[in-house]
Amino acid sequence: MLKIADLHVYYGSIRALNGISFQVNEGELVALIGSNGAGKSTTLKTISGLLRPRQGIVLYEDADITRTAPDRIVALGISHCPEGRRIFGGLTVRENLRLGAVQRRQGADMAADMDWVLSLFPILKERLSQSGGTLSGGEQQMLAIGRALMSRPKLLLLDEPSLGLAPLVVEHIFQIIRQLKQQGKTILLVEQNVHQALDAADRVYVIETGQITLTGTPDELKHNPQVEQSYLGR
Amino acid sequence: MSTLDDRPANPAIGEVRPNKRGGVAALIQSPVAIRLGALLILAIGLSLLHLSGRVFWQGLVINLGIFMILVLSLNLASGFTGVFSLGHIGFMALGAYGSAILTLPLAKKADYLPNLPAWLASIHFDFYLGPFPLGFLLATLLAAGLVAGVALLVGLVLMRLSGHFVAVATLGFLVIVRVILFNADNFTRGSRTFSNVTPYTGLWWVWFWAILTLYVVWRLKYSAYGRAMLAQREDALAAQAVGLAIMPPRLLAFVVSAFFTAVAGSLYAHFITSFSPTVFYFDLTFRVITMLIVGGLGSVSGSVLGTVVIIALAEALRRLEDVTLLYGMSQITLAVIFIVIILFRPNGLLGRREIVLARLFRKGGEPSP
Amino acid sequence: MTLVYYAIQQTVNALSIGSLYALMAVGLAMVFSILRLINFAHGDLMMVAAYLAAFALFANLPLGLAVVLIIIGTVIVGLLMERIAYRPIRGAPDVATLLTSLAVGQILQNGMLLTTRFLGQPIQIAFPTPDVLNGVVAFGSITVPRLNVVSLVIGLIALVSLSFFVTRTVPGLSMRAAAEDLTAAQLMGININRVIALAFAIGSGLAAIAGLLFAVQAGQINPYMGFTPVLKAFIAAVIGGFGSIAGAVVGGFVLGALEVILTALPGIGDILPPGMVSPSTQALLQQWLPSSLTGYRDAFVFAALILMLLFRPNGILGQPNREEMR
Repeated sequence: MLKIADLHVYYGSIRALNGISFQVNEGELVALIGSNGAGKSTTLKTISGLLRPRQGIVLYEDADITRTAPDRIVALGISHCPEGRRIFGGLTVRENLRLGAVQRRQGADMAADMDWVLSLFPILKERLSQSGGTLSGGEQQMLAIGRALMSRPKLLLLDEPSLGLAPLVVEHIFQIIRQLKQQGKTILLVEQNVHQALDAADRVYVIETGQITLTGTPDELKHNPQVEQSYLGR
Repeated sequence: MSTLDDRPANPAIGEVRPNKRGGVAALIQSPVAIRLGALLILAIGLSLLHLSGRVFWQGLVINLGIFMILVLSLNLASGFTGVFSLGHIGFMALGAYGSAILTLPLAKKADYLPNLPAWLASIHFDFYLGPFPLGFLLATLLAAGLVAGVALLVGLVLMRLSGHFVAVATLGFLVIVRVILFNADNFTRGSRTFSNVTPYTGLWWVWFWAILTLYVVWRLKYSAYGRAMLAQREDALAAQAVGLAIMPPRLLAFVVSAFFTAVAGSLYAHFITSFSPTVFYFDLTFRVITMLIVGGLGSVSGSVLGTVVIIALAEALRRLEDVTLLYGMSQITLAVIFIVIILFRPNGLLGRREIVLARLFRKGGEPSP
Repeated sequence: MTLVYYAIQQTVNALSIGSLYALMAVGLAMVFSILRLINFAHGDLMMVAAYLAAFALFANLPLGLAVVLIIIGTVIVGLLMERIAYRPIRGAPDVATLLTSLAVGQILQNGMLLTTRFLGQPIQIAFPTPDVLNGVVAFGSITVPRLNVVSLVIGLIALVSLSFFVTRTVPGLSMRAAAEDLTAAQLMGININRVIALAFAIGSGLAAIAGLLFAVQAGQINPYMGFTPVLKAFIAAVIGGFGSIAGAVVGGFVLGALEVILTALPGIGDILPPGMVSPSTQALLQQWLPSSLTGYRDAFVFAALILMLLFRPNGILGQPNREEMR
């Protein structure tokens, strides 16, 4: 479904990605793990069109989207839920959700999607008219994911959904992620919380200083001495 | 960060570098000799121009000198500290009116500005020391000193702001000065033209002040203060972290810059001899900023270059306008050039680099350090 | 009675000036909130509108048609400005974008100068005020200039429609989202080029209305007429907390009131009816608020701006004392 080949991305003269290649198949939950500054978020931003690679290609459903504008990429069915949630704090929860579906027309199926998102995150139902900035961190993360789902994505990019959240909330968020996968969504997940990521994912890529250094199933990686030492802290 | 940036210019500071070559070559290549040589060439040029009696060219070169002072001063305030001032022409206006009121001879003063307060009405800086118009010099210094005082007060307020807010606040200052000039009839004759100013300003006066400004700005850029200014332009937080206070260097730059801007105002007043508040407003502000940006914020030689380029261009365009009768075309062209520079060379022609006279004379140049 | 009459007249005055400032300030604030660009050329859009209006009225076009053409013309100029000058420098440092807008203003002013010369017009043109804007409106025994009433009504209609637009429509929501977080807005699938163009278009349309009303008020137009109003609009936007549309509207009316008060106060000792205040108070007023202070109004207004920037950079509605908002 998504195929990335030899991606090189720079911030000015600073190299962030140094030839990354990987792929995500339909229906899979693929996790991208690595430490701070390894290039995980950069990868997602390049896929969603916020960054232009200096070299390399992004293929989505066999079409080259390397230089496609972000709003076109959303229209193609990729939704990126960014790091740090980035919800619109001055807008209400309802408005935030509506903006998730900004490219779609108001109508019955959008109302149905809204109901579905609210059934995933019932707490948001009570907050619909509240402004986004008044929500707790966990609620904001739920809103961010819900908002990303409102565009009916085929591929969901999740950037650090567990960032800064209490363990119980993280547990809840990952339940939702598993649920989404069961419902057939394809998900590319970026995480520093390696335990959770390994538990949820079908396949895992380890990224270090802009390069993929390891790949495999969660079981393989759990027993890889290098991963154990660097990421699982054993 | 800043020290890295001005490294290429370091050899030009004038601190003596051991020169291995000896004899005449060493003399020719020593920075001091080169600078004296440049001054000498300038002096010869000015003398020739002075003797030639070509009024048009003399006027142009006087204008060049006045603008050079304005641009160098603005560079000191804006380019080195990153606090962009759109209000400097206000200082120029205060300098112009201040010194013009001071140099007005007693008789004319009573006739021309009858409502001046008594203490001011009795002061007249129109005396000479032999052939030398000492009064003009004193009036200029006094007016510029007063303006520097004003700048200190204004600066204390403005320097607390940052980014585009400071630019807008300084623009507010410009408007305030203009409103005061228009309304303080007793001092400025309000919207009527202020004329009868003695034409003291000549080539030598202007270029004496221009070279002095150049020297002071140059020395400030490479002083400890200058480094502090540059450092906090780069990153106010980091500069504070290493113990550089933000306010003193910014304020010093602002006050010194206002002083020289006021001097330019005085020179302008005694050159043009009649003016009104409308002169000191946005068009002039924009002209000076264009010169500064074209030359490069933070580069001293850039300011000189920018002034020369824009003066020459503006003059050429003005003549073209006279022929084609397309008035306004020259302003448009300059504005377009300005935008193009910001787009493609956001740091101006020179960026923060310097043209170093000494380096031009070295054979084949030297690999930059 | 005279004093009541005076007060009502001044209030209408303040509201009508305020609505002009609000129309201008909203355009500045919309663009600033998305791009962090202070668009000084916004005032020149107003000037362009005033000239388009003058040309249209000289050509004896019916007023309704003229207004539509003025708005369309100004919006086109505004869009061109964005496309040619501002889009390429998006993301440049604040000062660079600000200076660019100054240059754009220069181009518009001198372009208009060139056009008027080309058309054989003088620099300063007497504005051909349409008859509907002349005369007075009577409310019982109180009469108010019709222009002031019209300004206020048109201003309010425009502002109410704008508020409906930004709160109830998807493009309006997108605009507010882009103002809050441009990157996140892109990730929603919002085409930010379109949203920015829309902000410029709406701002230009409002500036066109303001320009027409302003030209009628001033009675004459010249290519430099936009400079002071844009500075005033900027003050209004700062008073309201720069970047907030509602704030810009509030700021516009506050500034209108402030100006009318500053104009009315000097010399108030001379017009108070006898017996209203004690003679000593009246003498004090005459001494400390002489009518000669009227000319300094703008100086006080700009001093207020600087104080505002210093102590309440987020506006009277915002939180005090935080430099720059994010």
